[in-house]
Amino acid sequence: MMTDFFLKLRKAGLPVTLTEFLTLLEALSQRVTAHNIEEFYYLARATLVKDERHYDRFDQVFSSHFKGLETLFHEMIGATVPLEWLHKLAELTLSEEDKQLIESLGGWKKLMETFAQRMAEQEGRHQGGNKWIGTAGTSPFGAYGYNPEGIRIGQETSRHRRAVKVWDRREFRNLDDTIELGTRNIKVALRRLRRFAREGAAEELDLDGTIRSTARNAGYLDLRMVPERHNAVKVLLFLDVGGSMDDHVRVCEELFSAARGEFKHLEYFYFHNMVYEGLWKDNRRRYTEKTETLTVLRTFGQDYKLILVGDATMSPYEITYPGGSVEHFNPEAGDVWLNRLLAVFPRAIWLNPQHQNRWSYIPSIQMVRELMGERMFPLTLEGLEQGIRALQRAR
Amino acid sequence: MSPTRFSGTDRYVATDDLMMAVNAAVTLGRPLLVKGEPGTGKTQLAEEVALALNRPLIQWHIKSTTKAQQGLYEYDAVSRLRDSQLGDARVHDIGNYIVKGKLWEAFTHEVQPVVLIDEIDKADIEFPNDLLLELDRMEFHVYETQQTVKARYRPVIIITSNNEKELPDAFLRRCFFHYIRFPDKETMERIVRVHYPDLKKRLLSEALEAFFEIREVPGLKKRPSTSELLDWIKLLVAEDIPPEALRGDQHKLIPPLYGALLKNEQDVHLFERLLFMSRRKKD
Ligand SMILES: Nc1ncnc2c1ncn2[C@@H]1O[C@H](COP(=O)(O)OP(=O)(O)OP(=O)(O)O)[C@@H](O)[C@H]1O
Ligand SMILES: [Mg+2]
Repeated sequence: MMTDFFLKLRKAGLPVTLTEFLTLLEALSQRVTAHNIEEFYYLARATLVKDERHYDRFDQVFSSHFKGLETLFHEMIGATVPLEWLHKLAELTLSEEDKQLIESLGGWKKLMETFAQRMAEQEGRHQGGNKWIGTAGTSPFGAYGYNPEGIRIGQETSRHRRAVKVWDRREFRNLDDTIELGTRNIKVALRRLRRFAREGAAEELDLDGTIRSTARNAGYLDLRMVPERHNAVKVLLFLDVGGSMDDHVRVCEELFSAARGEFKHLEYFYFHNMVYEGLWKDNRRRYTEKTETLTVLRTFGQDYKLILVGDATMSPYEITYPGGSVEHFNPEAGDVWLNRLLAVFPRAIWLNPQHQNRWSYIPSIQMVRELMGERMFPLTLEGLEQGIRALQRAR
Repeated sequence: MSPTRFSGTDRYVATDDLMMAVNAAVTLGRPLLVKGEPGTGKTQLAEEVALALNRPLIQWHIKSTTKAQQGLYEYDAVSRLRDSQLGDARVHDIGNYIVKGKLWEAFTHEVQPVVLIDEIDKADIEFPNDLLLELDRMEFHVYETQQTVKARYRPVIIITSNNEKELPDAFLRRCFFHYIRFPDKETMERIVRVHYPDLKKRLLSEALEAFFEIREVPGLKKRPSTSELLDWIKLLVAEDIPPEALRGDQHKLIPPLYGALLKNEQDVHLFERLLFMSRRKKD
């Protein structure tokens, strides 16, 4: 059963190794934890998980695997079991009759209500017995008492504020990097971008490579080809700043610095909500040092790929009406400008940090997405991958 | 006999999960890696573990130029060269020029020490890999003198990281790991209490209220942490600020001395702007 737990963790994508699993067993046999599942949970987490971004996934597996205490104790018999656990197991071996009796108390809610009531009624400590809360016995509320739904009421005074199990609280939810791009994910994505940057048909003779491999080939000519130089990718990055993008600052910064490190030909500009006639490069001097969008259109060639990053969350007027911008008076509407950009840079995508399941509720997102020919992708690892693929396909 | 279990000290609040991680590392003699936001008590943890277990503490603070070898020993060739030119007799024993590092010191201690390797992520990316064997086997070889230094007692090793660099998997496999979550209100209250036991209850709760609110301001580059909160409270007490001054209409509130909480200039601007905007909205 412990082995099962291990396998489930691996299946859930946690990079747990046998070494770590053995460490856990060793810790158990050395009695690092003695008495309760909460401690066991902490121990297992400290042993098996080495990245806080995986805590949430660990919690989920733990929760589903150790539902109810009984299973935990039963499965532990096979492994090295701390003595105390066995004691408690003994206390749990109740007859069917007893169990039915307890079940007759009803569901969780009922149990809790009764529990509260008993707490009020109880005077002093009580060992065993059927009605009162004690440390052993068949009362469903005792620390080691059997109960059909696996609710555990704590053994120590402070414990009952933790009636909701730690791992079920999922407090580490937002550290899971499948939800947002974390540093590690950016790195993975980078590697992808790099490959992408070097892709293309091998059409040019690689002189150095040819000499090297010819020598290795005992003097027999071994021709090597490389992709043509001008295939190196060129990227225009447009970033939405301010307003609702504040929530996404971190992920955008990460993406930006990653892209900066990766592409030799990277040009970036800022915009606010929607592209209009002016863009800027320094956010502090956005009002004084604008670059005309027309200049950008003329300066950079068709071979540039355009990546827009923004949450596209705005009033529809900002897209469709002249003068709709929140910041300034725009003589021409946002969609006119976006279409002009797309005409010059047909390879374009829009990355949206807004959670994808909100997209359909925000009309402006729908509109921008349509303008982009559906090439809007969430700013997650998966979305980035899809986006890169879309950039590689001709439009 | 020194105690063998750690459960926090009267100066340091340890949560249950942190205690478990420490105790596992102590019992099994394997390193504990601790991560967490700045100011969450990573560095202080080692001190407190040493204090609680009544062990000596050996601190090794890592910089970007620190090499793994320096933790073991260094061969001071320059001194030896100088001595040989001066005709010093010491020059014949190479052992005179072997400078012991922190781990050597730890390995040869008469009692089991606690070793702090602070901010391991500051070093070169290969640094942790270079210490794998030494941390695993708790021994190393000195080539110059052909001797093997072996730990008399496996030291308790506590390693902190601020996440600036990813650590290699092989290294991580050998450690226990604990991420110090930013303290919730209740824990924070306990932490402040250990620093300021006599703090007035009202002042404490108003200060915490304001502190957690500022942490929620979206877009901050550096959210204030425990150490900033402690500094701020110290100022509040020193200036004799009454609790009422921290309270009031949520959006109109400018906490006094908030410069202690926000240290980044941009954050201060952002904060002031937000306050300004929300006040304008109300007036
Ligand atoms: N759990 C705690 N109990 C008591 N004091 C704490 C606790 N956590 C943090 N502090 C206090 O906060 C301050 C910062 O702690 P410390 O320097 O150990 O943090 P750190 O995590 O090492 O920070 P950094 O990442 O900046 O090095 C210290 O004054 C410490 O006393
Ligand atoms: Mg520190």
